[in-house]
Amino acid sequence: MIKKILQLEWKQFFRSSYWQKSIAINILLAFLGLYFILVFLSLGISLYPVLKKKFPESDPLLMVNNFLFYWFLADLIMRFFLQKLPVMNVKPLLVLPVKRNKIVHYVLNKSVLSFFNFLPLFAIIPFGIILIKENYNVQQTLVWMVLLCIFSLIINFLNFIIESKSSETELSFLPVLALASAIFALNYFDIISFSTLLSKAIQTITNTPIYLIIPILVLALLYVANFKLLKQKLFLDASLQSKTKVVETTDLEWTRKFGDIAPFLQLDLKLLWRNKRPRSSLFILIVGLLYGLIFYPNPVYQNLVPMLVFVGIFITGIFMINFGQFIPAWDSAYYKLLMSQNIPYKEYLKSKYALMVISTVALFILSIPYVYFGWKILAIHFAAAIFNIGVNSYVLLFAGSFNRKRIDLTQRAAFNYQGTGAVQWLVGIPLLLIPILVFYIPYKFINFEAGIATLIIFGVIGIVFHQKLMKFIVGHYLDSKYKMINAFEQSN
Amino acid sequence: MIKATELSKKYGENTVLNIQEIEIPTGQTFGLVGNNGAGKTTFFNLLLDLIKPTTGKIINNEIQVNLSENWKPFTSAFIDESFLIGYLTPEEYFYFIGELRGMNKADIQSFLNQFTEIFNDEILGKKKYLRDLSKGNQKKAGIVAALIGNPEVIILDEPFANLDPTTQIRLKKLLKEVTENKNVTMLISSHDLGHVTEVCERIVVLDKGNMVKDIKTSQETLKELETYFSV
Repeated sequence: MIKKILQLEWKQFFRSSYWQKSIAINILLAFLGLYFILVFLSLGISLYPVLKKKFPESDPLLMVNNFLFYWFLADLIMRFFLQKLPVMNVKPLLVLPVKRNKIVHYVLNKSVLSFFNFLPLFAIIPFGIILIKENYNVQQTLVWMVLLCIFSLIINFLNFIIESKSSETELSFLPVLALASAIFALNYFDIISFSTLLSKAIQTITNTPIYLIIPILVLALLYVANFKLLKQKLFLDASLQSKTKVVETTDLEWTRKFGDIAPFLQLDLKLLWRNKRPRSSLFILIVGLLYGLIFYPNPVYQNLVPMLVFVGIFITGIFMINFGQFIPAWDSAYYKLLMSQNIPYKEYLKSKYALMVISTVALFILSIPYVYFGWKILAIHFAAAIFNIGVNSYVLLFAGSFNRKRIDLTQRAAFNYQGTGAVQWLVGIPLLLIPILVFYIPYKFINFEAGIATLIIFGVIGIVFHQKLMKFIVGHYLDSKYKMINAFEQSN
Repeated sequence: MIKATELSKKYGENTVLNIQEIEIPTGQTFGLVGNNGAGKTTFFNLLLDLIKPTTGKIINNEIQVNLSENWKPFTSAFIDESFLIGYLTPEEYFYFIGELRGMNKADIQSFLNQFTEIFNDEILGKKKYLRDLSKGNQKKAGIVAALIGNPEVIILDEPFANLDPTTQIRLKKLLKEVTENKNVTMLISSHDLGHVTEVCERIVVLDKGNMVKDIKTSQETLKELETYFSV
């Protein structure tokens, strides 16, 4: 039975258009995985000698144990954002003679094979071997290693419980982050010292291995809890039970001021507000606006002016970049409608352009308080906003005509690679690097003001030639119309 | 009104549609029947310029559809759920389509009044998004949206599928009313031979992309079709 299910999954993986089309992303992820393996391996090998050298009088194992609390907390948060319970298309299996329990056990056991559970081994095993070499008690070291593996699995299953409890709301990561920070703070300010408690517990267990039974029991309990949660979801009505809320409708009358593009503007605003993924990109705005606080107070960057141009482009253009890179894939679910309705392409794209311009102006205004860090910052923001409006917006619209990936609007946003293709990687380069270059050359050879002026001139040229540029872009969209319609119909 | 000549669509070696010539005069109610893979939806997609013909052309009211977009103002269609915008309420969706077709909110509201029977209190005022409606109700909304703005050419792919029996009967009545206006050319496809013979004046049977029958509907048509398909 398990073999059959495995076969199904194998086919699902390799026959999905996602796999076949985005080898680039898969290679990238593989490299990322390899990188982390190397990092952990070198951590495991070097940890003991480094600690011994830096703190000759204290016990490295004890120090590691003291630190483990932070490790587990970080591990949990990382997993919360990155690791998902293995997804399986169970609907076709429900009516077949397969026991529900079997499916659930299978899914849970499969999660044990996650990369996240193997990664710590690359650090734990070499560290343990070194400990034994350094004449630590062999039995105690082995127990320690087993214990850490059990902890890793505990975190694995704990994470799924947290995820399933928090998956109902889309800003679920906020309470989780808040709770994690609270625990961290309690520990940090020594109100409740979790790290000492944990360290003591680990020591007790390594000294008296019989206590290993406690973490194993915890693990078993978590497994059972997961099992129960999942089994509830295995009934059709659990997924069908649509959480239909009563819908608030607004007529957005103010968009009328924009004339012909008003209906599209309304549609885009509703798109942003009513769908999980684009809505989360609205919250990224806040993060983007605060981005400057990392750079501006830091005196190091005051001399790295071109870097500040990058920050300026980013702050005033974060919405533009986030939203623009997936034009027109946002509308992929109903692209056929748009293509057969009474809609000229020009109006459609103009509304996207307008939205990007409005957002840039708004973000510039909101970023004005940064003038506190010097008038230069304000000048950079202003020039960056003009450059975004006059150049980057067109680059994004143009790049959009190469988008061939469907986006499912109801999916979550964070770490969702759906709709991401080579276009998104490629477009980032001109978007962020060209303005730096445009600024840097006159800045280097003349002065700061010349750099700012050049950025503004480039932007103004783009705004002046708006009609011509749009005509060119519309032509490109018309050329790739059939390809886009076809691509947006493919799922995955 | 609509004329297709030497129209064909191939995917690789596989020919999915091959029509030498077909002409649909203004005001005709045209039915397309055929088994799965006969090329019905392909024909509609070509007519709406959603796919590119391998050879030939379609002319809709003197406009060749893949060369100009000017057929869009007088043509409307509902092919499948991808013609709905899931995150709008039905009302908002109707207003949006209305706006594209030059009708304001008040126009749409009075327009919608004639569909109370079809809607059966399940569509309007429910404060639900289209994506949360049942398949049948989504279909109703899509079909009604295709009637907005007095289009001269209406294309409906499988309008009866997924509808409950009552709505099927009401929809037949509605479609007949619409086509009483002799300026409206309607193209529908269906697997239900009974419905399609009742609504359409002319029925074309497609088989593996080829036109095999072109019948002017009469008393005997249903029998004829049933004999043809019962092989």
